[in-house]
Amino acid sequence: MGLFEKIKNGLAKTRDQLVTQIEWVISGKPVDESVFDEIEEAIILSDAGLETTEILMTSLKERWKRGQVKTSEDVKKVMSEEVERMLSGVEVPATANSGKPFVILCIGVNGVGKTTTIAKIANIYAAAGKKVLLGACDTFRAAAIEQLQTWADRLRIDVVKHAEGSDPAAVAFDATKAAKARGIDVLILDTAGRLHTKANLMEEMKKVKRVVGKELEGAPHETLLVVDATNGQNAIAQAKTFNEALSITGIVITKLDGTAKGGFLLPIAHSLKIPVRYVGVGEKIDDLIPFSAKEFSRALFE
Amino acid sequence: MFEKLQERLEATFKKLRGYGKLTEDNIKETLREVRVALLEADVNFRIAKEFLEKVKEKALGEDVLMSVTPGQQFIKIVYDELCELLGATNKPLDVSGSPPVSIILVGLQGSGKTTTAGKLALVLRKKGRRPLLVPSDIYRPAAIEQLTKVGKQLNIPTFAVPQLKEPLAICKEAKAYAMKNGFDTMIVDTAGRLHINDEMVNELVDQKKFLNPRETLLVLDAMTGQDAVSIAGTFDAKLGVDGVILTKLDGDTRGGAAISIKAVTGKPIKFIGIGEKFDALEAFYPERMASRILGMGDVVSLVEKAQEVFDERQAKDLERKLRKDEFTLEDFKDQIKQMKKLGSLESIVTMFPGFNKVKGMINFSEAEKDIKRVEAIINSMTMKERAHPNIIDGSRRVRISKGSGTSVNDVNNLLKRYMEARKMMKKLTKGGMKGLQRQLFMR
Ligand SMILES: Nc1nc2c(ncn2[C@@H]2O[C@H](COP(=O)(O)OP(=O)(O)O)[C@@H](O)[C@H]2O)c(=O)[nH]1
Ligand SMILES: Nc1nc2c(ncn2[C@@H]2O[C@H](COP(=O)(O)OP(=O)(O)O)[C@@H](O)[C@H]2O)c(=O)[nH]1
Ligand SMILES: [Mg+2]
Ligand SMILES: [Mg+2]
Repeated sequence: MGLFEKIKNGLAKTRDQLVTQIEWVISGKPVDESVFDEIEEAIILSDAGLETTEILMTSLKERWKRGQVKTSEDVKKVMSEEVERMLSGVEVPATANSGKPFVILCIGVNGVGKTTTIAKIANIYAAAGKKVLLGACDTFRAAAIEQLQTWADRLRIDVVKHAEGSDPAAVAFDATKAAKARGIDVLILDTAGRLHTKANLMEEMKKVKRVVGKELEGAPHETLLVVDATNGQNAIAQAKTFNEALSITGIVITKLDGTAKGGFLLPIAHSLKIPVRYVGVGEKIDDLIPFSAKEFSRALFE
Repeated sequence: MFEKLQERLEATFKKLRGYGKLTEDNIKETLREVRVALLEADVNFRIAKEFLEKVKEKALGEDVLMSVTPGQQFIKIVYDELCELLGATNKPLDVSGSPPVSIILVGLQGSGKTTTAGKLALVLRKKGRRPLLVPSDIYRPAAIEQLTKVGKQLNIPTFAVPQLKEPLAICKEAKAYAMKNGFDTMIVDTAGRLHINDEMVNELVDQKKFLNPRETLLVLDAMTGQDAVSIAGTFDAKLGVDGVILTKLDGDTRGGAAISIKAVTGKPIKFIGIGEKFDALEAFYPERMASRILGMGDVVSLVEKAQEVFDERQAKDLERKLRKDEFTLEDFKDQIKQMKKLGSLESIVTMFPGFNKVKGMINFSEAEKDIKRVEAIINSMTMKERAHPNIIDGSRRVRISKGSGTSVNDVNNLLKRYMEARKMMKKLTKGGMKGLQRQLFMR
C-alpha cells in the first residue's frame, strides 16, 4: 500500500465525516451564505476549536465575497488550501542524524500511545539498518516495563531498565551511557504518562531531560510529544504546557484510525509551529506514517 | 481560557444590568458566551445547540431576580439544566443477584480500564465483597501482567492463566474459578477497541452474552473531544452500556464530554477517576461537573445566594416604589440588611465577574464601616424623616449625628448621596437599585 493510500485509509473516516457533512450541505447547490453555518459546524466537529474555525471561516467568506467560491468544489478547495497552509510549516520529517546516539525522549499524558509509538519508531529505524536501543523510564505504571520489553523482544532490540518504582532519571542516565558505549544510533526513552497540570511530575521530566543532556551533549535531540486524536481542546493545553516546560521538538498524533478527527492539530500548529512527525493509525507495528500536510488536508477535503 | 471567559462575561454583564424579564434580547450575548463555554469545554456541537435551544425556550419570560443581571440569571438556569441533564449523584454499583456477579469494563484504547478495574475492586472490597480481577486483554502487550500486578499491589486475587489465549475462554474459566473459590464479584477488564471496529466489538458482545453482567461500564477519558457522542452512542447501541466512568478528571480538562455522553445515551455517570493511584475514584457530582464545564461557578453561587435571600414579593414591591419614586431611606435600610445576608461586601463583590478588576481599588474595611455608618444614621432618624428626607433640616441633622455617633458632615453626605441617587433613578427606569447602591457606597 502506498503512503498516500495509507494516510487516506487512516484518515478515511475523518474525511468521510467532514466531507459528507460539507457535501450534504452544498451538494450541487451554488454556495450561499446559509451554508456557512453548517460548514462551520463540520469544522468544529473536527475538534479544531473556535479560534481556528473562525480563521477558516473568515478566509472562506472573504473569498466568497470576492467571487472565488461558487460551488461545493470551490469550498473544498479553499478549505483544503487553508488547512494545508496552516500545516505546511509543521511538516518536517523526522531525521536521526544530528547526534550519535540520537536520543528521542517520548512524553505525553496518560494512555495516549507513547509506548506503542516508540515501538513503531524503533521499527522504522531498525528496518533502516540503524542500531536502536530503548530506555524504560516509565517506572510508575504497573507492567509498563514489561510492555516495552515485549515490543523490544518482537523487534529484537535491547531495553535498558530498572526495577518498577525506581528513579526514571537514573534509567535515562544508564540508557544514555549504554547507548554511547554500545555504539547505538538511536536511543528512544519511554516515560510514564503525566498530566501537564502536575507540577511535580513535570519537574521529574525536566530532571530526566537534564540528566540525559549532562551525559550526552545536545541530547535529547528530539523531545517528542504524543497526543491522542480522540482528545478535544485539552490537547492544545497539553501541547502548550509541555512545550513551556520541556521545549517539544516534535509531535505525534495517534489513534487517527478511529472516527475522531484530531482537528486540534491546526491550532497547535498555528500557535506553536512545532513539527508534526508522525500519524498513528492503528495498534500494529507498522501503523505509523510520516505526517504530510498536503495529504492530511487533501484527505480531509477531497 | 478561563481568564478570557471571565473577561467576556464581564463585558456582557456590564451591558445587562437591570431587571425585568428574560428576553431574547437581554440574554443574547450571554447565550453566545455560554455556547462558547460549552464548545471550549468539548461539549458536542449539536448537543450544545439543542441544549441551549431548549434552555432558552424555557427561560424566556421568566422574571429576573432584582439582585442579578438577566445574563447572570440565564447562566444559573443553564447551570440548573446542566445539573438536571447530568443526572443523580452517586449512582451505586449494582452487584445484586446470585454470585458471582460480573462487572465488565469496556472502552477505547488507553482510556483507563485496567487502572479503573483496580479502583473498583477496592471500592467493592470496602463494601465487604470478595472481588476477583479478570484480565481479558490478550492484545495489548503485557496487559494481563498489568492487571495481575495491580491485583498484587492491592492484595486482590487476579485470575490469570497464561494458557488461555481467548477472551471468551478466559471468562468461562474465570467464572468457574470464582464459583469454586467463593468470589462474589468478577471485575472483567477488556482490551481497548475502537467502537467502529466491528470484529472487536463482536468479541465483546460474546463475552457479555456469556457473563450476563450486572454492569457494563464504559470507561471514557474526560479529555475526549467532539467524538464522545459517537463513541458512547456506538458502544451503547452495539453492546448496551449501564453506566459510565469518566477518567483523568484530575487534569484541567473542562470535561464537556460528560454532557455529550449523557445526552446521547442517557446512562448515568457512576464514578470519576481523579488520579493514577487506586484510591483516586470518586462519586460523581453533577453540580461540580456543571460548574467545571461552564467555568462560571462563582456567578452561579451568587445567583443561588440571591435567590435564597431576596424575597420575590418584597422585590416587586421595591421595584414599584422605585418606579414611582417612593423609595425612602427606610427601604434603603432594608436593602442594606438584605445585602448583609449575602455575606461581606468583599465576598459579594468577588462573586461578580465585573468587579474583579476594581476589587483592588476598593478598601473593603472602609466600605464596611461606611455601611455601618449609613445604618446608624438611618436608625437615628424618625420614621417620618426616613419617609420624607426633605424635612431633615439643620437642627435635625445635628440631632441625628449625635444619636448615631457620626459627624454632621456624615449625615450631610448620606443625604446628598441619597438625593443624587434619587435624581439619577428617575432617569433610569431599570437597574435603579443597583445604581442607587453604587451611588451610595462606591464613591
Ligand atoms: N487504535 C489505535 N490505538 C493505539 C494507537 N497508538 C496506541 N494505541 C493503543 O492505545 C493504548 C495505549 O497505548 P500505550 O502505548 O500503552 O500508551 P502510553 O500509556 O502513552 O504509553 C494501547 O492499547 C495501544 O495499543 C493508534 O494509533 N491507534
Ligand atoms: N491522571 C490519571 N491517569 C489515569 C486515570 N485513570 C487511568 N489513568 C492512567 O491512564 C493510563 C492508561 O490507563 P490503563 O488503565 O492502562 O488504560 P486502558 O488501556 O484503558 O486499560 C495509565 O497511565 C493510567 O495510570 C485517572 O483517573 N487520572
Ligand atoms: Mg507507556
Ligand atoms: Mg488495559
